[in-house]
Amino acid sequence: MEQMLPVFFVMAMGLALLLYVILDGFDLGVGLLLPQATDKEKDIMIASIGPFWDANETWIVLGIGILLIAFPKAQGIILTSLYLPVTLMLFGLILRGVAFDFRVKAADAHKHRWNRAFFLGSLIASMSQGWMLGAYITGLGSGLTNILFAALIALTLPALYVMLGAGWLLIKTEGELFDKAVRWGRMALPAMGIALVLVSIATPIVSSEIAGRWFTLPNAIGLLPIPVSCLVAYFALYRLLRRPEYLRNHNSWVVYALLVLLCLMAALGLAYSIYPDIIIGRMDLYEAAAATNSLQFIFYGVAVTLPVILLYSAYVFVVFRGKATDLSYE
Amino acid sequence: MEFDPFVLARIQFAANISFHILFPSITIGLAWVLLYFRTRFTLSNDQAWEYAYYFWVKIFALTFALGVVSGITMSFQFGTNWPGFMERAGNIAGPLLGYEVLTAFFLEASFLGIMLFGKSRVSNRTHLIATAIVAIGTSISGFWILALNSWMQTPTGFTIDNGVFFAEDWLQIIFNPSFPYRFLHMMTACFLTSAFLIAGVSAWRARRGVDGPATLMVMKTGVMMAAVLIPIQIALGDLHGLNTLEHQPAKVAAMEAVWDTQRGAAFTLIGLPDEEERKTHYAIKIPYASSLILTHSTDGEVQGLNDFKGEHPPVALVFWSFRVMLGMGMLMLLVSWWAAFQFLRGKDVSPRLLLVLSAMTFSGWVATLAGWYVTEIGRQPWIVYGLLRSADVAADHSSATLASTLFGYVGLYVFLLISYIQALRYMASKPARSRTLVQGYRETQATGKLS
Repeated sequence: MEQMLPVFFVMAMGLALLLYVILDGFDLGVGLLLPQATDKEKDIMIASIGPFWDANETWIVLGIGILLIAFPKAQGIILTSLYLPVTLMLFGLILRGVAFDFRVKAADAHKHRWNRAFFLGSLIASMSQGWMLGAYITGLGSGLTNILFAALIALTLPALYVMLGAGWLLIKTEGELFDKAVRWGRMALPAMGIALVLVSIATPIVSSEIAGRWFTLPNAIGLLPIPVSCLVAYFALYRLLRRPEYLRNHNSWVVYALLVLLCLMAALGLAYSIYPDIIIGRMDLYEAAAATNSLQFIFYGVAVTLPVILLYSAYVFVVFRGKATDLSYE
Repeated sequence: MEFDPFVLARIQFAANISFHILFPSITIGLAWVLLYFRTRFTLSNDQAWEYAYYFWVKIFALTFALGVVSGITMSFQFGTNWPGFMERAGNIAGPLLGYEVLTAFFLEASFLGIMLFGKSRVSNRTHLIATAIVAIGTSISGFWILALNSWMQTPTGFTIDNGVFFAEDWLQIIFNPSFPYRFLHMMTACFLTSAFLIAGVSAWRARRGVDGPATLMVMKTGVMMAAVLIPIQIALGDLHGLNTLEHQPAKVAAMEAVWDTQRGAAFTLIGLPDEEERKTHYAIKIPYASSLILTHSTDGEVQGLNDFKGEHPPVALVFWSFRVMLGMGMLMLLVSWWAAFQFLRGKDVSPRLLLVLSAMTFSGWVATLAGWYVTEIGRQPWIVYGLLRSADVAADHSSATLASTLFGYVGLYVFLLISYIQALRYMASKPARSRTLVQGYRETQATGKLS
């Protein structure tokens, strides 16, 4: 039990953060795409994420919560090193979250301003998250290469969100907006590819130990499904986005599903690289873990509530299934 | 002048938590009020209740969004600004926060979607249930965060090994000595805040002449809620104070600005506490009153601040916050009873009352913030009372970093607060939809008559 609990919590944290990326990722992506749309389209785009964004955002609270709860000795080092990007991300998330409500509740004359705030908030949050990811996987160092790498991820990670946003819009919209979403997807695809490649090669470069794990036999063969499925998914996306008619005919979910597969594979690859460390090269998850009886107490909570949360989250997605309609309180 | 980074870190956290609490203090009560409107409509089929719901659910949505985004800031700041807190007390604070996320955050966030936008997609019953779940979720959230805060004030159920806290008994940790008082006091504060908000906005609409029959019903709901709750709140506050005296005498000494331990202590109505000279200038005192309130005997002994030198909170801030809270509470009592009296007499609401009620719209915010300043500043210099000092858990960011982010936060918060009140004003200035329910409703506008 004592050995299993930290592993259980690191998996729960990974799941929460993965769900955050694929769920709030499409919210942020829609925010990033907002300036490209007409006023009428903006309303539909925001209606498509309206009932979900709040719950989606809660996954990052759970992820960071588990870091605080289960790994108290690592949280301080990680979060104080990431102080600036975290603060910027919070500004972004605040701006995005409130703009969503203000844009329909403030006077009409201010609507444009809140639309801009929605875009800006999404952009700041996405870039800060890229920065955080980049800094984390290069071991939270403060050297020039770390900063350059973090900057590179900050610039490319938003492309993944744009892809998720476009994929989401394919499911939720029709007509001209659907065609636009296909175009946006085509445009963001290469940048997303670069981001994924960069993230994948970073950890082996930073740590020779991780490189050893990836590039020695027989590990390399066992791990092959990860890069191979990513490549297949990438080329499938490339082809599909050139066949909008195929997507329109009841296959609009395929793009988003492929992106989820990509995120899942990237997460598995990262997890394999980093495990059992929680701060690469500095601290492993057993060293960072909280006391066993505290982990036990929260373990029961997670074991009972997490399946329930997943169930009712799914229920909300079922209630609001199908193409997006105007948001109405009535 | 170089600012002390520790002071800046505290100001930053205070700014964040002060901004955050404004919104839950509305939504926790308003969620139940909305459930009440929905239930009244379902039972009576009176369209006015439904219109009341539609008007207030928009304000609820906006307020909720502000609460969510400012709350996320809080959870990150535990790690970015006070890493030592989780390193030392994480075994206890962590699970309590975790249960808040698991049992409350997801619940409210998920069903909020259905409550706000699902009315045409689910049955009336499901929608009613979703609304109830959101209300329950907001209250569960309050339960956990107040359990944690109370534990920091009156820690029980733990052992300390090498400076790190370990949990011994979770029931003792959750139901620590100050928890029942603080929980009830805060929940009542939330209901009072929303009561004055709905009464105040309704009165403002009536003064503007954009009200309808629903506006009057909402105003009455708010007034009656306030009139019933405020005496309960005052009694709860008294009990909470006595509990504080037992467990945190230094905080009470600062609230009362009692410097020397004495029998038959006077209550200082107002004055300027001076920590350097250790006396209160220009004090206006009521003889024996402090002993009477705190010990329920004119001759009871009250411990003074000089018994806690170096370990008591900043006196003037606690002293003044306490008086602001008390004063606001008394004002709320007067106004709500006066208003309830007018409503119960069944006569028109007087224009003067409308003016006073609309002026009191945000009175709950003032009282709630002042109350939190008393209890939080009153806990200093400790983060876990008597055991762990705030100064020992702070991150070592530079003054420049903290000052620039503080500047950013405060700027953003001021902007958002202005936008929030502007949006409220804008929504409230539109003619009430319930006007269409009664032909020629209040043709004579802005006279303050609500026939």
